[in-house]
Order: sequence, then C-alpha cells, then structure tokens
Amino acid sequence: MRRKWFYLALSALALSALVLAQGRYQIGTPLNEKEVQEWNIRPSILANGVGLPPGQGTVDEGAKVYAVHCAGCHGSTGEGGAFTRLVSEPFPITKDTDSVDFAIGNYWPYATTLFDYTRRAMPFATPGILSNDEVYAVVAYILYQNGVIDGNEPMNAQTLPKVQMPARALLELDPSTQKRFPWIKLP
Amino acid sequence: MNRRKLLQLLSKGVAAGAFVKLSPGLAQGKIPQGATETMKVLGATLREYGERSEFEKDVIRYISPNLRSRHTGADFSPLEKLEGIITPSSLHFERHHGGVPNVNPADYRLVIHGMVERPLMFTLQDLKRFPSVTRTYFIECAGNGQNGYRNPPDMTLTATRSRGLVSNSSWTGVPLSILLKEAGLKEGARWLIPEGQDAAAYTRSLPLEKALDDVLVAYAQNGEAIRPEQGYPVRLVVPGWEGSIQVKWLRRIQVTDTPVMSKDETSEYTDVMADGKIHAFTWVMDPESIITYPSGLQQIQRGFHEIRGLAWSGHGRIRRVEISLDGGKTWKRANLEPAPDALSVVRFKYNWVWDGKETVIMSRAWDEKGNTQPTQEEFFAKWARNNRYHYNAIQAWRIGADGKVVNGDKTLAGAPERLGAVGRGGCGGES
Repeated sequence: MRRKWFYLALSALALSALVLAQGRYQIGTPLNEKEVQEWNIRPSILANGVGLPPGQGTVDEGAKVYAVHCAGCHGSTGEGGAFTRLVSEPFPITKDTDSVDFAIGNYWPYATTLFDYTRRAMPFATPGILSNDEVYAVVAYILYQNGVIDGNEPMNAQTLPKVQMPARALLELDPSTQKRFPWIKLP
Repeated sequence: MNRRKLLQLLSKGVAAGAFVKLSPGLAQGKIPQGATETMKVLGATLREYGERSEFEKDVIRYISPNLRSRHTGADFSPLEKLEGIITPSSLHFERHHGGVPNVNPADYRLVIHGMVERPLMFTLQDLKRFPSVTRTYFIECAGNGQNGYRNPPDMTLTATRSRGLVSNSSWTGVPLSILLKEAGLKEGARWLIPEGQDAAAYTRSLPLEKALDDVLVAYAQNGEAIRPEQGYPVRLVVPGWEGSIQVKWLRRIQVTDTPVMSKDETSEYTDVMADGKIHAFTWVMDPESIITYPSGLQQIQRGFHEIRGLAWSGHGRIRRVEISLDGGKTWKRANLEPAPDALSVVRFKYNWVWDGKETVIMSRAWDEKGNTQPTQEEFFAKWARNNRYHYNAIQAWRIGADGKVVNGDKTLAGAPERLGAVGRGGCGGES
C-alpha cells in the first residue's frame, strides 16, 4: 500500500516536471488547419493582399450592390447621410480639413482595408451577407467614386493590392512608436 | 434635436441654475423629519444581488443625445460623482463599434492560430485553469478629451464630458504570454491580430513584444465576470495603451509577420499632426489629470474645500500632480492616494480655503518618465486642430465670485471655430 502511494506521488512529480520543463500547461485543444478555417469566418486581409479570396467585381456591378446595401446610410453616391461620408474633398485631406470630411479616397491609406472592413462589418445591421464577388464589386465602385481607380479592370486579389491610395503619402509611423519598436515598418 | 437647439437648451439650463450646489447647508439645529423614520420600521430583507440606493439613481453614464439609439459610439463615466480610484463596473465608460454582443459562455471559444507551432482552441474554463494575474489598470479611449478641440470652449463642460472616457478597474486574467507559449511561436512572428465576437468583428494589430510584456486575456473585472459592455466573457487588457486596441469579446488571435492595417488603425485612431502628416500606431496614452471637485457646473461656497481629482499615464506611474489656484502662474504639489501603481489611476487631493474671489484652478500630472501635460497652445503646436484623438492638455476650471464653476479654458485666437464632434469619427462624438 505504502509503495503504491510512493509510485503515485513519483509519477505525479514526473508529470508536473514534464509539463513545467516544457513551460507549457497542456491546456487547450489543438486544431488542424481545416478546423482553424472553419472558425476564421471573417479572415483578415493584410495590406500586401494576403487573405484576399478568389472572385472579382466591376464598378457597374458595384453600383447595384451599393444602391441596395449602402446608399441608405452613406448617401446615393457616397456623399454621406445618417452615417459617414465615403467620398469627400479635398484630396487628400490637409490639416485644415474638417474631420467630418475624412472619407475613403482622401484619408484611407490602404485599398485592402476597404475589402477587409466591408466584408468584416458591413452592411452595418447585417454584416457578412455580401458574397466575395459583391464585396469586390462594391469596393471597385467606392474607389471609382473617389477617383482612385478608372474602372477599366475589375477588382480582384491581383488588382486590389496594387491600388495606390493618395493618403498613403501622408501616413507615417508615430515617432515615439518607432523609437520603442525600431523594427516596425508601415506597409 | 439639432446641435443649436441642444446648445440653447443647455445654456438656458445654465442660466436657470443647473449648477449643482454641493454644500446646501442645513438650517442649524434642525433635524430632518425623515431621519428617524427608518428606526421605526423593519428594513428590506436579504437579496441575492445587491443594488445601489434608490437615491443614487442619478449617478449614471453620460450619453450624448445624438448617440442614444446608435450601436456605435461612446458614453462617459460620471467622474465628478465617483470617489477613490476604482470605477464601478456598471459606470465604466463604453465604446462599441457594432453594439454589445450577448455571448453565451458555454459557446465561447478563443482560437490562437497563424504563425504558431500548435493552433489551439480554449474554452472559458480552459482560460481560468491557467495561473491568473490580478492588476489595476486604467482603460482610456483615444478620443478622451475630444471636447478640448472645441473653439471657443464649451461653457457647459463637466468633468465627465471633459475626461470621462477613462475608467479604472481591477482586471483578472491569464497573461497572453502564457497562451502564446502554449501555442508555440514560429520564427518570424512579429504581430498579433486579435478579433472580437461583435457584429463589427473588430480587429487591430498588436506588436508581439507588448503582448509578451504585460497584456492580459482578462475574464474578471472588479472581482466578478466582465460586464457585457466591457467584453464579456473575455477581453484583452493592454496596459497603458489606447482603449481601442484592447479588443473586447475576444474570439481569435492570428499571429503574423505584418500588421493588418485594419479600418480602426487607419481611417480612425490615426492622428493628424500640425504639419499635416498623419501618424499611425499612436498607442500609448500620455499623462492626464482632471480636477473632479470643484469642476464644471458645480457650485461651491466660501471656506474649506478638498480639491479632488484623478491622474494617470500610459508611460508608467504618476510621480506627482500639481495644482494651480491662480490660473497657472504658480503650482503646488497635491497629495496622492493610494501610492500610485503603474498604469493605474491615482486620486489627488489638495486642501484649500476659498476666499470667495474669482479664480481659475488647474491640475497637471507628471509621470515617472518625466512626461507632463501640455497647455492648449503647446498641444496644438504639435497636433492639428482637426485631429480627433489623444488630447491631454491641462483642463482649467473658472470659479466665479458666486461660487459657480465653469470651463476655464481659453478661446484660442486664430484657431478655426469648432463645435462638437458629431460625425467626426466614433469615440467621444457628441452633438
């Protein structure tokens, strides 16, 4: 009996030594890649385009999506309404621009953000209902309304990351952040 | 209600005596009739979950009238009605981007994936099994102080509307570094992209170094489960950094080698500077302080007053707080209580006898790194007038000869007129 307790204690000690030697607590359920993807229902789109799904959309298709899902809050052509303006002047903003006029074409520094946010959080009351093609299309429409693209080619995983936003030229990493994290570079 | 109507109403209210007299002065020797009534009847029975006194029902968060029915926006902690340093959970300021989700803890999962050796999924019970940490930290919206961008200053300003987008809680959770070690970081991992379980599936980019330093995956606030508005059941607490990076309703953390440049770190929560440049990743909250008594729309009488206020800094401990009783000409050191903790709010106090003469009082905080608060002029020499965030200039209160306290900030000559912040980007947006 005494010997049994001894071995039990020894094995408990060995187990905790094993756990702590690895610096791990062995808590949590491992997931395979498929399970991760099932959980990742609104994947992040990085500024270099990583994460953009297959599919595409044109300005004309986007105008239809916009009229149905977006115009109610943002105005018939993006001029704003109950919610924020998506199109505004000047281009890009200056230090004298009223912040109510900070819109997509004159303030947003990355075109990929527009896809990420639209698919992630729009339409505001029914997020997630747009297909990838519809998101590409409405992104194309909004960029076109802002004069950022000419609309000659559809937006897709290849064309969208190449779109240069005018406000990117104004964006800098905060100097105190740069000092503390010298390795950080804005995309 | 439009902005003009509201301002008219507010100014009428001010004229009609909306000031709160804090020492009404009972007629000497008179005992209120109700004072002994409770001694003649039995009181209430036991109850399972406590409520505050029915006489305290006016201590509530301030919600701007234009935001009452919206699912995105912010409301303010009633700073001048609170004591000590802990913000009651029910009065912690709110900021949401898609409403408050109603998360069932039985369905709750946190997934860590991306550049890790072992993608892992945790239940709430899993998270609670890890070694826990309890720390007191402030959380402050980057838009706190946004009313300071108004010119001329808002004469109806209260301490709540000046700086109420800050709150201070005791947070309990598991250090994020433990969870990351559990998953195993891959070579080249530099960033985390935390995601919320709200309708906005809110995301930000957080550098791994900060995560490994002091970030908490928190499940308790002031001893009980985190309130839904604050991220129930699990949120990030990123000490000293702007509130918007402290993702609530945390469901997923993706480990990457680049930042995501999400909407809320590009189109919002970026700072327009006086030179016209836009600064990204302005994470740390600079030192701030606010006198909560006497403060805007209160009324005091001659005699003794303990000036009280709150101070905090995202750079570390508050080292000292100074009070000026003469509009900024001379400064005296206030007492701090309790002994300041790093990245927590501290209460400051100063004994004062008011002689009944008009004056302007101010406070300014200094942190352990030597940072302090700018004047309005100094602030706008660095930040643009149209910026929306990180206003931390000294707040002045003017005490009139009648004892009424109003905003003591100056009208800045040559600066554009600017009223509220409605439609000017989320947090702090008031009509």
